[in-house]
Amino acid sequence: MLSSLARALTSTSVRSVRNVHRSAAACSDSLFVNYRYHSLLQHRDSADNNVDTPFEFTAENLKRAQAIISIYPDGHKKAAVIPLLDLAQRQVGNWLPITAMHEVAKLLDMPRMRVYEVATFYTMFMRNPVGKYHIQVCTTTPCWLRGSDDIMVTIHEKLGLKPGETTKDGLFTLSEVECLGACVNAPMMQINDDYYEDLAVADTKEILDTLTAGKKPKAGPRNGRFAAEPAGGLTSLTGPPPGPGFMVRDDL
Amino acid sequence: MLRIGASRLLQHGGRHAAVVSAARTQSSAPDKIEVFIDDMPVMVPPGTTVLQAAAQAGVEIPRFCYHERLSVAGNCRMCLVEVEKSVKPVAACAMPVMKGWRIKTDSEMTRKAREGDQSMAFGSDRSRFLENKRAVEDKNIGPLVKTIMTRCIHCTRCVRFATEIAGVEDLGTTGRGTNMEIGTYVEKMLLSELSGNVIDLCPVGALTSKPYAFTARPWEIRRTDSVDVMDAVGSNIVVNHRTGEVLRILPQVNEDINEEWLSDKSRFAYDGLKRQRLVYPMVKDSDGELRPCEWEDALIVAAKALKAADGSVAAIAGGLADAEALVALKDLVFPDAGTGTDLRSSYLLNTKIVGVEEADMIVFVGANPRFEAPLFNTRVRKAWTYNELHAAMIGPDVNLTYDCEHLGDDASIIGKLLDGSHPFSQRLTAAKRPMIVVGTSLLARPDGDVLYAQLLQLSQKLRSSCEGGSEWRVFNILHRVASQVAALDLGYTPGVADIRNNPPKVLYLMGADEGAITREDLPKDTLVIYQGHHGDQGAEMADVVLPGAAYTEKTATYVNMEGRAQQTQAALVPPGMAREDWKIIRALSEIVDTRLPYDKLNDIRNRLAEVSPNLTRYGDVEEANYFAQATALAEMVSGKKGAAPIDVPQKKLEDFYMTNSITRASPTMAKCIAAVKKEAANKYIE
Repeated sequence: MLSSLARALTSTSVRSVRNVHRSAAACSDSLFVNYRYHSLLQHRDSADNNVDTPFEFTAENLKRAQAIISIYPDGHKKAAVIPLLDLAQRQVGNWLPITAMHEVAKLLDMPRMRVYEVATFYTMFMRNPVGKYHIQVCTTTPCWLRGSDDIMVTIHEKLGLKPGETTKDGLFTLSEVECLGACVNAPMMQINDDYYEDLAVADTKEILDTLTAGKKPKAGPRNGRFAAEPAGGLTSLTGPPPGPGFMVRDDL
Repeated sequence: MLRIGASRLLQHGGRHAAVVSAARTQSSAPDKIEVFIDDMPVMVPPGTTVLQAAAQAGVEIPRFCYHERLSVAGNCRMCLVEVEKSVKPVAACAMPVMKGWRIKTDSEMTRKAREGDQSMAFGSDRSRFLENKRAVEDKNIGPLVKTIMTRCIHCTRCVRFATEIAGVEDLGTTGRGTNMEIGTYVEKMLLSELSGNVIDLCPVGALTSKPYAFTARPWEIRRTDSVDVMDAVGSNIVVNHRTGEVLRILPQVNEDINEEWLSDKSRFAYDGLKRQRLVYPMVKDSDGELRPCEWEDALIVAAKALKAADGSVAAIAGGLADAEALVALKDLVFPDAGTGTDLRSSYLLNTKIVGVEEADMIVFVGANPRFEAPLFNTRVRKAWTYNELHAAMIGPDVNLTYDCEHLGDDASIIGKLLDGSHPFSQRLTAAKRPMIVVGTSLLARPDGDVLYAQLLQLSQKLRSSCEGGSEWRVFNILHRVASQVAALDLGYTPGVADIRNNPPKVLYLMGADEGAITREDLPKDTLVIYQGHHGDQGAEMADVVLPGAAYTEKTATYVNMEGRAQQTQAALVPPGMAREDWKIIRALSEIVDTRLPYDKLNDIRNRLAEVSPNLTRYGDVEEANYFAQATALAEMVSGKKGAAPIDVPQKKLEDFYMTNSITRASPTMAKCIAAVKKEAANKYIE
């Protein structure tokens, strides 16, 4: 009797039962969140990412690279590998071709393998092509409790994307990621360098529409907050701060 | 120049510094500290790790990732032990002991910590694992090393070996956490002459031997300690064999020679011992075809020719000939010849292999140590890594796996260094313990003796001025073949020019397969006797073939490039009608009517000692001197210097694998060459 009641209760609230990581194995190659699946940590030549993919730092970026290298003392040039890989990734646009890694290795005078190690270790280096806008939706517990599944569904309905997929026009790539450290503003997603927080379904739609139109949506919280302050106004620290000697015995 | 990380310096630098300072100043030993291993007191020097201290107390702490010859990684967590008053267990391999520590290697906490690992001895016997099993794709890193990557526990021993010792930074770890993998990231072969060592290093069998896979179980195998003859290093090996067949060859630790490594040629060329073998005596018939016959017939043909030649006999010894066979052949063919053609110091690696670790400057002249003597090269690399050794090269600009200043390939550089007019001279003279390492291919040049004389003089000049003093030996020869030093000790002379100028009536080839003399160099009526174990170039031009034994089939003496006598042990019997080499010559001598006075191995060893006593002092290096006299002799040499640039025969990895009759018969070596050549088209190779 009791157990059937419990079952009935669960089935009504099943809406937000999360299918842990629905991302398909085949797509997980370029993504970093799929601990469930074997994400590929070997390079595979593809049409747009192979040893002949052209990559060269632009004159401006090369100057910037030299400036970064000059920060580090003699003999420690290779410490610049992460900023240089990031520079290369930004130049290409959101992802890092294998030839870019080779170029960085050459610049820093280090074996290519050591660069591959860094590029595969850090999840923010995308080793396969992604869209112009890389949407990373956080689905870790706080965001999930605040409705990240709705955000995922909205994106799927609007763009037809499942995690790991890219739209045909090459505009959007969707990733399901673990905590991005903005739990107070849950649910949230990151698109390229910007955080979009306190999302509702309507906000998500608006953001995607704005991006499709080629404009830049407003980043940050969407529910009227400035940052991570309490949504209903301050509940503590409302008065002026007390002076010295506060709560101290008179005779001291 | 920073060649190793700071932590590595702490670990290794300290040890090396200690060795050097002890050798130079005999300074007082640092105070030892007392620690307790399972309540046993042990006195250890400061800086000793918990694991080393425990080993000193006779307690072996289990480990996967720790390896004495590699840097400390501390990532397998198998060696965790309890230290009294420490809240958490500590990794014994990485933690230096402190005074008065009480270490418990078998306490409750220690055992519990070990259970974190899932191996049989310490883990729970019921699986609590309900998720998907992790699996890792196998990698293809060449024809020698097979990978079963799901077994890999990421101890990074192979990565550290490739980076630190082989000097090939192609292996690494990709990804992180549960997704971490060991591999090359891009599809490429591990292009190293030392790649087989990762098989021995791998604690879990993720890297195994491709040629040996599924051939035998270790408990079915018989093991025979022996010595390698693929190069002149004389690496110590263990021949693993069963039912008359060598199944694999493993290295044996010898700190003075190969440490615990082995080159790929020494390790994998054993399948050449089964192919192209000479298994019965042969004599050329009237049609010019070699026909199998009885021993008696072959020996009679050879003896008749030897007798009829009336002294017009020459012999050439090949690179695999042992000292016993060489002395027997010399006694048979040249009973009256003197011994010792030279001062020993002018053809040895005088500094010795371990001596490299004390040098601060090494100049290679016409030598490529990476392929001519891979395990000598690892010593140089070791010294380069830890002791700031500076390397320079006169010859082709080859990759030695460490930084090597290329001085050019012009032979006149040697003369310029001698008279001090070369820009490098100043640094060479300033070196405290310099080494000059001369390749044997340089000596084979037409102007070899002139260059050799100059190098001797240069070495003597450096020796008299350097800080190492008279104890330090500058001049070194890097030999390429295992028989060379013993042959020179016994009085054989290098070069075949004499034979070419005065062709003999009988030419005796003792395993000579390198084509130094071809049939075209000889008159038609010269009879060629070939004694050896493989049907190679030598047997092809022979009129009489006497089948001998390979190095795994005879107990024989070989002297390595340092002048260290060592002996191989017979693991198998020679195939078919083949016999041990010195016995063949002994039998032949009876038919020629000059019966050689030795019947047993001990007798011939006595004869060896009579000619050169160092030949039977097994395991020891007989040091050589008389550098001043050698230099005085060298000053008398006059001749014209050629204009040809200095070159080496083995420049690339594909030149490494086939250098003698055994390796030429080996399918594994052929596969290696094919794979390396194919890899040349791989754009991912830098």
